[in-house]
Amino acid sequence: MLRRRLNHLFGGDEKRVDSRTIYVGHRQCPGTEAFIAPKFCDNRIVSSKYTVWNFLPKNLFEQFRRIANFYFLIIFLVQVIVDTPTSPVTSGLPLFFVITVTAIKQGYEDWLRHKADKEVNKYLVTVLEDGRRIRKESERIKVGDVVEVVEDETFPCDLILLQSSRDDDTCFVTTASLDGESNHKTHYTVPDTEKDLESLTATIECEQPQPDLYKFVGRMHIYRSDQDPAVRSLGPENLLLKGATLKNTKKIYGVAVYTGMETKMALNYQGKSQKRSAVEKSINAFLLVYLCILLSKALVCTTLKYVWQSRDGQDEPWYNQKTQKEKDAYKFLKMFTDFLSFMVLFNFIIPVSMYVTVEMQKFLGSFFITWDKDFFDPEIQEGALVNTSDLNEELGQVEYVFTDKTGTLTQNNMEFIECCIDGFQYKNRDSCSELDSFCVTDGPVSKLHEKAGREKEELFLRALCLCHTVQVKEAGDMETVSEDQIDGLLPPTEQQKGFIASSPDEVALVMGAMKYGFTFLGLDSKTMKIRNRQNDVELYELLHVLNFDPVRRRMSVIVRSKAGETLLFCKGADSSIFPRVRSEEVDRIRVHVERNATEGYRTLCVAYKQLCTEEYVEVDAKLREARLALQDREEKLMAVYNQVETGMSLIGATAVEDRLQEEAAETMEALQEAGIKVWVLTGDKMETAKSTCYACRLFQRGTELLELTVRTLEDGGRKREERLHELLLEYHKKAVQDAPPAKLGVRRSWVTASQEYGFIIDGATLSLVLNSSPEASSTRYKSLFLQICQNCTAVLCCRMAPLQKAQIVKMVKNSKGSPITLSIGDGANDVSMILEAHVGIGIKGKEGRQAVRNSDYAIPKLKHLKKLLLAHGHLYYVRIAHLVQYFFYKNLCFILPQFLYQFFCGYSQQPLYDAAYLTMYNICFTSMPILAYSLLEQHIAIESLMDTASLYREVAKNATLRWGPFLYWTTLGIFHGLLFFFGVRCLFSNPALQDNGQVFGNWSYGTIVFTVLVFTVTLKLALDTRHWTWINHLVIWGSLAFYVFFSFFWGGIIWPFLQQQRLYFVFANMLSSVSAWLVIILLILLSLLPEILVLVLRKPRGPHRRQKNPGQSSVGGQQSTQASARPLLMRTFSDESNTVR
Amino acid sequence: MMASSYSAKEEDGHHPGASGAGGAAANGRKPDNTAFKQQRLPAWQPILTAGTVLPAFFAIGLIFIPIGIGLYVTSNNIKEFEIDYTGTDTSSPCFSCYQNFSWNSTLPCKCSLPFSLDQPFESNVFMYYGLSNFYQNHRRYVKSRDDSHLNGNLYSLTHPSKECEPYAHRDNVPVAPCGAIANSMFNDTMELFFVHPNETRSQIPLKRKGIAWWTDKHVKFRNPGGNGDNLTAAFQGTTYPVNWHKPVYELDADPENNGFINEDFIVWMRTAALPTFRKLYRIIEKKSSMTPTLPSGNYTLEVTYNYPVHSFDGRKRMILSTISWMGGKNPFLGIAYITVGSVCFFLGVVLLLIHHKYGNRSSSPDIAS
Repeated sequence: MLRRRLNHLFGGDEKRVDSRTIYVGHRQCPGTEAFIAPKFCDNRIVSSKYTVWNFLPKNLFEQFRRIANFYFLIIFLVQVIVDTPTSPVTSGLPLFFVITVTAIKQGYEDWLRHKADKEVNKYLVTVLEDGRRIRKESERIKVGDVVEVVEDETFPCDLILLQSSRDDDTCFVTTASLDGESNHKTHYTVPDTEKDLESLTATIECEQPQPDLYKFVGRMHIYRSDQDPAVRSLGPENLLLKGATLKNTKKIYGVAVYTGMETKMALNYQGKSQKRSAVEKSINAFLLVYLCILLSKALVCTTLKYVWQSRDGQDEPWYNQKTQKEKDAYKFLKMFTDFLSFMVLFNFIIPVSMYVTVEMQKFLGSFFITWDKDFFDPEIQEGALVNTSDLNEELGQVEYVFTDKTGTLTQNNMEFIECCIDGFQYKNRDSCSELDSFCVTDGPVSKLHEKAGREKEELFLRALCLCHTVQVKEAGDMETVSEDQIDGLLPPTEQQKGFIASSPDEVALVMGAMKYGFTFLGLDSKTMKIRNRQNDVELYELLHVLNFDPVRRRMSVIVRSKAGETLLFCKGADSSIFPRVRSEEVDRIRVHVERNATEGYRTLCVAYKQLCTEEYVEVDAKLREARLALQDREEKLMAVYNQVETGMSLIGATAVEDRLQEEAAETMEALQEAGIKVWVLTGDKMETAKSTCYACRLFQRGTELLELTVRTLEDGGRKREERLHELLLEYHKKAVQDAPPAKLGVRRSWVTASQEYGFIIDGATLSLVLNSSPEASSTRYKSLFLQICQNCTAVLCCRMAPLQKAQIVKMVKNSKGSPITLSIGDGANDVSMILEAHVGIGIKGKEGRQAVRNSDYAIPKLKHLKKLLLAHGHLYYVRIAHLVQYFFYKNLCFILPQFLYQFFCGYSQQPLYDAAYLTMYNICFTSMPILAYSLLEQHIAIESLMDTASLYREVAKNATLRWGPFLYWTTLGIFHGLLFFFGVRCLFSNPALQDNGQVFGNWSYGTIVFTVLVFTVTLKLALDTRHWTWINHLVIWGSLAFYVFFSFFWGGIIWPFLQQQRLYFVFANMLSSVSAWLVIILLILLSLLPEILVLVLRKPRGPHRRQKNPGQSSVGGQQSTQASARPLLMRTFSDESNTVR
Repeated sequence: MMASSYSAKEEDGHHPGASGAGGAAANGRKPDNTAFKQQRLPAWQPILTAGTVLPAFFAIGLIFIPIGIGLYVTSNNIKEFEIDYTGTDTSSPCFSCYQNFSWNSTLPCKCSLPFSLDQPFESNVFMYYGLSNFYQNHRRYVKSRDDSHLNGNLYSLTHPSKECEPYAHRDNVPVAPCGAIANSMFNDTMELFFVHPNETRSQIPLKRKGIAWWTDKHVKFRNPGGNGDNLTAAFQGTTYPVNWHKPVYELDADPENNGFINEDFIVWMRTAALPTFRKLYRIIEKKSSMTPTLPSGNYTLEVTYNYPVHSFDGRKRMILSTISWMGGKNPFLGIAYITVGSVCFFLGVVLLLIHHKYGNRSSSPDIAS
């Protein structure tokens, strides 16, 4: 998605300045006029955001762009400028603290980036200059320099490979740091360049830098003294990217084409767009309410102040004269400053510390995900990864899960199951069979006792052996073989060999062929070696590889056999092969393909064609021409490919099993029980996907499937549009209108009487629905479609292009009620939907790391999703929701007494509390308990959350942050505030509170209120805490103790820097008064009484019960009971996988 | 009450089949299996149910009601006598003083108010003056003081803080003590006479010490140059506040109670919380255990009426009160305690009924282990 956008962006660039010309080694070429050294940027990488001198202004600017920070800055400035009741320190200090901490954090991160940049930029590289090898710093590489790179070094810039130390003019690289794919990729030198780089005179013409890692178009002109310039095409296979590492190759020489910030790596260095969580939206809404409260309070006070002052003798009694300046002030200006003063006085109602606490909670809370050992996968030795901590609570709010199939629901660990040659089925269940066991009678389950002709068999197996891009891992460097490749599956005799391929299907097919006696020995300078069943080695010259791409959904090779035959082998999805072969062949094989697909296997069809010499020459010329094209190369190649891959004859089909992920079915079941709707979005074909859905128990036996696919559309034989309309209406009637209105919170039970619906749609139909006719009907279709989908228990979308996946997510995301969506996937094709959804989850699968890099959270396996959502998500949501509500509550009852006090002090903005208390209340006295709570609270034990998935529904739809609970908390805050103020007010009707007859003043009043406040607010949290760890005890009792200690300390010393010693011994004197003690105890108790009553009267919840007998919830026992209790469905892979595991 | 630690569970279940290649080699990245990181810290999980709260309610009720009764009785036993001497009423002896107040008059206006006590005041009697509608808690007023000045800082003495404006300087001479609070110090003097049945009057001795907080008197307030003898010299270069009649070093003859450490002054400087307030003025100490401090009978209050309250509709009162362990007379606490105690008790009973009636389903222990 991002890349697409960037492409778009840079596409414009490309048109403006078509290409750049590079002089290899800065040598002037014959034929060109004066050598003008083109200006390119240097090879310095700058990933840092700030420099020493612009750090302060730039960082401050960035920080104050946040609305909250800006608000506090304004308050602070008002305090500085206007004569306000509280000193600027009270709001300046917290703001300063927040800004400083953030600045330090960002500064540190930037310093790290500087350091990393420096390391890269100062790295010494070898450059060939005038025949000498010169060491120079990486940042001084210029475009056109010939650079030497030795094994295990990373490339300092984007290079065109000129020469490799390997004989076959290739080199291997890993791009792990770029896209996370750890397999070795082969890159090729530019063909037919001179071995002597000194004498090479050439120019390279290539496109302007663009961020797509997998695209490069260029052309190299080689000038030789005696000939016309030769032209060679350059593609991504010739380009070595900065950041990739050279492997398995002693050294290479390459010419720099893109340097510094123009390298593909640098262009790809982009921040992801920020996702905001729903909780944050709630916070903002509440904030608005509180801002209104604040404004109205200030307004009320200002109005009353002037009403009160208009009475005789109140504004300026003889004992309290104004200064000359105050007298002179313009009345309306005075009113305005009074208003501002009240604002400042009450501004603590929106606390700066809430943002800090929320941020801290999110940041620290996310560690629990990375630390969770349940997320640790022993296979890949990795645990969960948190890319953003902003969305922790969103995990508890998910309503729709969009999951990819391959690699997510299934393992993407392919196993060759069977093949079908010329209509005959071959099945080999025994994976360790002998090499010569290839005959149908050996297959234990095969019912067909015939087999195809020997030639057909061998042709098919040769096709499997030749038609791929698999590399053989050489013996000797086994230690570098990535573990997740196919080591374990190798038969003992071939132990020293491994296969490396970008797609596991290919390896599975080559392995399958090997089982049947045809072993691929490797590719050696364009020659493919095969050992056939007779143990002879056959050699084929590899002429062309027509690469796989997801649009064509097939790949081909053109090889020339020893005998001189030119053959084209093609393998691909049935839908892409069938139209290109003779139809009579299709019929024989289609049965098998479809049967295999229903069993959940991945099927590929294999076809071939023989090319006569003339044909080949023509094809060869076209391919070469297309490859040389500088513009629209992709399109041109595609056209040629399509042209070549016609008129083939089908020889067979393969079935590869992609097993379900561990506990995939259990996970899906739990998600559905939790009220989450699961949509499967896959590029796979319908039958395969459907069977996977059945296996995952997304579709049940009784589920009525509503199909909306190309097939159902074409049934009626009428126009597609009409049929679509008809079907949509019919389904809508079935699923939406006739369905009894689902009651909220009704648990889905296994013996439910109501009909469940599953919905299936394919890519073509979806695009028909989404962008059918331009009239109004399209929006109508869309809403119909959406309504149907929302009433189905599961939706399957197959044959989806990546962008369509994102489209669906977007559609659901923007539908009524804007439900929270989650996308989970493992491959590059899922990136768009991962980026689109509210929460994107990457599976650390085998299809590279792109999904992980773009995700918000990454987990090793699908089964971890259950705990991530049901346990972590639920807890995070409850925690942060409580945190937010509590923060608003505690500041409301903090400020309300201050507001009420205005009625008793002549609306003079006299603060009730001392400045120290005003400042420290949110920072020290009440912040730690709520932070600890919001990190550690488990109102329901994790085990119960996992066992009873329906608990997830309790927090669905932002349950605890809706207006109802908000109103409750606000009422509570108001009640407490009123109680605190008027309780103490009644006490102070006689301020002689000490037993020596001495009286208390206004600061004692404030201190008593404040003491009650701190204790009540903290104890209120203690009442809410359901999970008391030692940390909770420490911070709750600790902050109360700290408050007492601080008050003694603060009042115990004459502070030289203070203008007024307001609190001098106020606290100690308060404690010497029995009445003060009694009123404090009374008010705390009275405030908490309703809360206790609510707690008692609320009906006790089931889950609490359950956690009383922990012995019951042992993991193993539970699984077995679950498995036996559920109806055994079709063929459940997951039960199998459970036992294998 | 403590939840059992989960150590037993940590052993089972995670990777039984993970004996694959390199399984043991790269264990470094495996998350630590500590209770904290796995969110398995042993925890106490209290669940409040009727069973646990019921005894608490009864206990609160049983504790609060007696305390409340005690407080109420104590408060009722406190003797308090209050007399308004503002003189707003024409029949009041202080009416003329109230009416004809002038800042410039050199002759103090005096008035005497007769009153009688029905009951004798047995223990120490505390004499308060009370002011109404006097906003001592007004922000402009509260901040109009300079504590370092009052703490005897010599520099501050001659350079009062700008917070004291407009009471910081008088004709460019620094004011000591500066600020609105000090300037408006209550300066009525009150004397109390017992009128014997034979119409002779005897003055009741009033103690002027011990009315301010000890820490204020000894630490917070200090005369410049220490509490030496020569206060006049110490306050050289300053003048007295505009509404005062005499300089600060002439507040009292006793050097221990003069200048900034004059207790009347210190008491006044502790600003009141509410616009209606009382401040301790004098203490009448009990002389012997035999006779009451103030026997019942007729008294006369002699007031030197210096303090104007007419302009802001203020009131002035004189209060005589005994003091108990809970302070002055205030029935609020007692009533509140009795009410809360009764409510708790009542709730306890209601809950008990509910619990008894529907309690069967939640008869299991109330605290989860």
